[in-house]
Amino acid sequence: MAQAMSDTGKLAARLARHSTGIIASVLFVAPIVWTVLSAFKPAQEARLPPLPPWPTTGFSLENYATLNSFGDGLWVSTQNSIYVSVMTVILSVIVSVLAGYGFSRFRFPLKDLFFVLILSTIMIPFQSILTPIFLVLTKLGLHNTLTGLVGVYVTLQLPFSIFMMRNAFDAVPREIEEAARMDGAGNATMLIKVMLPLVWPGVVTIALFAFLGAWNEFLAALVLMTDQSKFTLPVMMTALQSGRFGAIDWGAVQAGVTVMMVPCLILFLALQRFYIRGLMAGAVK
Amino acid sequence: MTTITATTAPPRARKLVGAGRRQWIGLLYVAPAVALVMVFFVIPLGMTAWMSLHNWPLMGEHSFIGLGNYWAILRDTRFWNALRFTGYYTVVVTIAIFAVAFPLAIFIERPRPFTNLYRTMFFMPAVVGFASASLLWSWLLNVDSGLFSPAAYDLGLIDKKFNLLATFQPAFWSIIAMVVWKVAGFTMIILMTGLQSIPQDLQEAAVIDGAGPFARFRAITLPLMRRTLALALILSVAGSILAFDQFYIILRGGPRNQTLTAVYWIFNQSFVSFKLGYGAALSMVLLVILVTLSLVQLWLLRKPEGLD
Repeated sequence: MAQAMSDTGKLAARLARHSTGIIASVLFVAPIVWTVLSAFKPAQEARLPPLPPWPTTGFSLENYATLNSFGDGLWVSTQNSIYVSVMTVILSVIVSVLAGYGFSRFRFPLKDLFFVLILSTIMIPFQSILTPIFLVLTKLGLHNTLTGLVGVYVTLQLPFSIFMMRNAFDAVPREIEEAARMDGAGNATMLIKVMLPLVWPGVVTIALFAFLGAWNEFLAALVLMTDQSKFTLPVMMTALQSGRFGAIDWGAVQAGVTVMMVPCLILFLALQRFYIRGLMAGAVK
Repeated sequence: MTTITATTAPPRARKLVGAGRRQWIGLLYVAPAVALVMVFFVIPLGMTAWMSLHNWPLMGEHSFIGLGNYWAILRDTRFWNALRFTGYYTVVVTIAIFAVAFPLAIFIERPRPFTNLYRTMFFMPAVVGFASASLLWSWLLNVDSGLFSPAAYDLGLIDKKFNLLATFQPAFWSIIAMVVWKVAGFTMIILMTGLQSIPQDLQEAAVIDGAGPFARFRAITLPLMRRTLALALILSVAGSILAFDQFYIILRGGPRNQTLTAVYWIFNQSFVSFKLGYGAALSMVLLVILVTLSLVQLWLLRKPEGLD
């Protein structure tokens, strides 16, 4: 009897637990799913309130097609976003791996000063130095160029990525390096062939954060990119949603938001382990 | 997004391979990073201070006006209103985020069936960008084509479609809801690591001593999580003070400029009115506020566990 009671109790607890979990999950995921599904509605239907969330008159790619007719087109903005994000990933990985290796394994003048300088940039929000960044880019002839934006994004990633890479290199035992040096490895070989494979998880982590950071950044892109042909996705979509291209087409907004969200979600789901690792490295001590 | 806070390095071997010439090689490795930080950070930072002392239009000559911009700030009621609103928003949104994230963190802390799945689901909005989230919600909140107002109307809950974004209170709480949706998963993960670092036997010993769940929470969980709580708090406060995307995209500062944030006002002055010098002076004020807060918070974090 007592056994049966506690079994019922356990079952009730489990039921309560999972219904809480399911309800909370739905609340968190529904807006995303809703948007992705609504984007497939034919344009006529997409203008109407979204109940039910799925298309009732057949799936359609019309919203994606229309999207390309605003300004210089969605495809141009998507290409800009891809270019900026990929370049940010490549450059911030190269720069941070080099710097992380340098800070971890060498002694040189001003080392501590440089390290503190790079890390302390995190205390100063880039929002407050955006005006002069605008002027610096103009001076360098990089105003309104995607290259200039990449420079800003890479710099924003540096404190996190260099901290991460320095710690990753620190964790590699020195014996490995000494053994490789005995075998006659030069500086380049040492870094690329010996060290890099050992710090690979760190590289994936910083690459993931660099991509998400660049892909989602809004304010700097809004301020620094003035030509429609240079707009990244968030800027382009905001122009569309604010009615700058005429009446707001909510179907197009849903499609555009889907294009912006899906790469982030896929990368996160595929690389969750690295994402959490990055959060821990960045956040906890 | 910036997530580093502490710079305590693990103990490192002091012995260095090689000597002499090799010193300079290290400098070469870090040179690109230092150059980038100089060009895109240190120089602009210095320029902000310099520009703040000038009348600096986008076109034409700039002229030195000393503290003129700063005197103007004192009389800039829009800015002070924006700052007050930013502070209010920061307090409210931070409380709201913790109120949602803490129970979630407890919910997913221990590995049980489906915990990983729940964790992932709760976290999904956190990887979506703030701009995407704002665009998405600007649709859901729309009076005619969105979700809430038409659904409530269809269900007969309201007799006239209600524009959530037209008046301050509903607009403000809509933004709070959106931000909690977007950020709670992130805070949850940070709090979860704090919970996981509490030794299990401590809790068990307390159970044996007859401590109830509330007593245990107060006497064990909270004190041992102080650093994690402080950290989550810092991230939330710093992020909220810099809020811009959601207010620009969803509300455009409206209704009647009541939701202008500090960064939004700086953006307006610098890039809409092109008063670059004035924008720089406003930036300096915001910067001083933020650095002060960061230092206070760093001090909070550094304080050793269990010392009060």
